[in-house]
Amino acid sequence: MNVITDNSDLFVTGFKNTGILFVISAFFALILGTIVAGMRVSPAPAMRAAGTLYVNAVRNTPLTLILAFFALGYPRLGLPHIDFMNAAIVGLSLYTATYVSEAIRSGINTVSVGQSEAARAIGLPFMQTLTLIVLPQAFRSVLPPLFSVFIALLKNTTVAAGFSVAEAGAIRANLSERGEPLLPGLLWVAVIFVVLVLGILTPLQRYLEKKWRVER
Amino acid sequence: MTNPVQAPALVELKAVNKHYGALHVLQDINLQVKKGEVVVVIGPSGSGKSTLCRTINRLETIDDGSITIEGKELPKEGKDLATLRADVGMVFQSFNLFAHKTILENVTLGPIKVKGVSKADADKQALALLERVGVGHQSAKLPAQLSGGQQQRVAIARALAMKPKVMLFDEPTSALDPEMINEVLDVMVELAKEGMTMVVVTHEMGFARKAGDRVVFMADGQIVEEATPDEFFTNPQSARAKDFLSKILAN
Repeated sequence: MNVITDNSDLFVTGFKNTGILFVISAFFALILGTIVAGMRVSPAPAMRAAGTLYVNAVRNTPLTLILAFFALGYPRLGLPHIDFMNAAIVGLSLYTATYVSEAIRSGINTVSVGQSEAARAIGLPFMQTLTLIVLPQAFRSVLPPLFSVFIALLKNTTVAAGFSVAEAGAIRANLSERGEPLLPGLLWVAVIFVVLVLGILTPLQRYLEKKWRVER
Repeated sequence: MTNPVQAPALVELKAVNKHYGALHVLQDINLQVKKGEVVVVIGPSGSGKSTLCRTINRLETIDDGSITIEGKELPKEGKDLATLRADVGMVFQSFNLFAHKTILENVTLGPIKVKGVSKADADKQALALLERVGVGHQSAKLPAQLSGGQQQRVAIARALAMKPKVMLFDEPTSALDPEMINEVLDVMVELAKEGMTMVVVTHEMGFARKAGDRVVFMADGQIVEEATPDEFFTNPQSARAKDFLSKILAN
């Protein structure tokens, strides 16, 4: 117990940064992932190709490499400077968006084709068919896989520790520097992650599933 | 009519062909539908009648030939096509009501989003239409809470809310329990009486007799016979039609 009380500063900063990384990355990943999923079912071949290329390129690259690129490679390109925290947000968002996109695309495929035919038949163009009819129904059926993606994102934020972002994954290294025992520190980090998932994400998923349940 | 030049047909298909891979599903189809006319398309399953119906608002593309509505070629895609579809009502076999929207929203969505009607006006019009098809008191429910016959009547109201020039019915009663078929047919007969231009793909011979101006008989992707309902049912010309009628009239 002493480990966490004696080093509460470390834990608080660590999990605060984890929270920031998670919330902002989840937000952008959800938006970007939805757009990419829309592109992949678009009637325009160029949009479909661009969406597919993005998903295949980024999803098949290890997250460590993506973060390494933004932390170490990007600064050498002579582009505007971004700090490690923002670089981690960009990397995590781009990476997670590919998984979000695939989850939503599988949801789009569960919406019967008759729904979009009916929408087109009353004169709705593609974008409105997608945003008014197909996506609202697709989201309902993809909440479980979508939340798996976000739980993975929460844990993936620890990879950013390797690139000088002082989030929860970095607590261990800092504890060792202070000469604290390693195992209890690690256990505490693990426990807090479990609490975050079970205490926040899972109830949120349950709430949304209930709220958006639709009779078919 | 004082004009010696014949008015163009409201819907006209000229030499339309369509293939699904090796299957030649529409073969050199020529069909005219005049304003106010009710054309009933019948034929054995797999004859291409549903496909024919769906080409008229381009839910199915065609390989060659031309389809015109009020003399204008169907747009290929994009905004022009969406605009055209707003003028062509469609009723599906499986209703296809928007599952996540209430009955009222199903009917108001098109007028509000496509035609820019205000919500208050759209609601008023929708309630009147729902009343007319006999489901006025269900407007706050979701589609799944209604019976099939009620859902299909809502689907008709949804199409009517766009004030279409022509209505397409793609086997509107085929997915219904027998006791619900008449409630939907009654609405359709009513529409026909009011002068709506209709293309109806159906197996309901009673409807064809009662409300049809013309029967188009299709088999194997071709229009085999076209006649008034009386002529067609009492004196079919082709062997294919005789065979078809003998089978369905036997039960």
